[in-house]
Amino acid sequence: MELVQVERLQELLNNFANEDVYIHLETTNGAYAAHFNESVFNAGAFIRNVIIRYELGKIAGESPHRIGLKLPHGWVYAQGITHFELDEHGRLLMAGHDQTGKLAVALQISKTPFTY
Amino acid sequence: MTLPMERHVLVVFPHPDDEAFGVSGTIATYIKQGIPVTYACLTLGEMGRNLGNPPFATRETLPQVRKDELLASAKAMGVTDLRMMGLRDKTVEFEDDEKMVEMMQNLISDTNPSLVITFYPNYAVHPDHDATGRAMIRAVRRMPEEQRPTIYALAFSNDSKEVLGEPDIVHNIKEAAEQKMGSMRAHISQTAWMLEEMDKRLADGETEAENWLNFERFYTYDFSKDFE
Repeated sequence: MELVQVERLQELLNNFANEDVYIHLETTNGAYAAHFNESVFNAGAFIRNVIIRYELGKIAGESPHRIGLKLPHGWVYAQGITHFELDEHGRLLMAGHDQTGKLAVALQISKTPFTY
Repeated sequence: MTLPMERHVLVVFPHPDDEAFGVSGTIATYIKQGIPVTYACLTLGEMGRNLGNPPFATRETLPQVRKDELLASAKAMGVTDLRMMGLRDKTVEFEDDEKMVEMMQNLISDTNPSLVITFYPNYAVHPDHDATGRAMIRAVRRMPEEQRPTIYALAFSNDSKEVLGEPDIVHNIKEAAEQKMGSMRAHISQTAWMLEEMDKRLADGETEAENWLNFERFYTYDFSKDFE
């Protein structure tokens, strides 16, 4: 993955608009967060291989960036995106990594299902 | 230290690297003693957070990285029967409970272990750890008492010592320190920070008894104090 280049990523987001795509979206502060610091309220969310069709995909803000997908009847968004990659299977992978190299958020878009 | 003889040891954990810090010395010691060991790993740690910055892997390439690390760890410990069970990281507790018990029953009937090593439910911090231990203990509980394997359970939640007391099984694994380091290093994508921590703790004057390379500790699971 490489650091987000706004124009390039915007172009890629445009390429997946207006067709059925598979989504992976996760946010996490890690299963051990409350173990190491009991005052942490541990929350996260995960969806994978849910099909959506967005009409507008937009990147906003300075790094870490926000990505929003506008659907006919709703929204998908992720904040904290630092890196992106169009992988060898043509999937758009976006992720936010913190200073210690831990993933905090991921948003991925693919025309074919992600593995299990 | 020579460990008591076993017919077969079955180790079941949900993530590649779960074996590294707490059990790899014990596994290597059993193998040195000629005792067959089966290691069943439920997932490939697909949801691992250590991806680096700059990243060395993506969410989609991490499973292959961790699979390779698991194979290298097994090699370092001398494990020849490694089974990857195909579940997904962080979803173990959401699988059908009965299906999970069946998975454990199949592993037991396949390997006929005299000893099972897994996590202690409710004291193992990660939901996948608790779910793995839960399924295994349910499977063993259903066996006739005289046929049940002994269970060594790993507990490391912050309240485990307060509630369970000190672990009753302490293995001196110094003679397998090299294999244990091999296992820990094999999982480098996930353990780099823990290895740093180990060096720091040693530098901070950690006693020999506390060091990962010297001792591994387990609770013999006691069905008279069952978790459910």
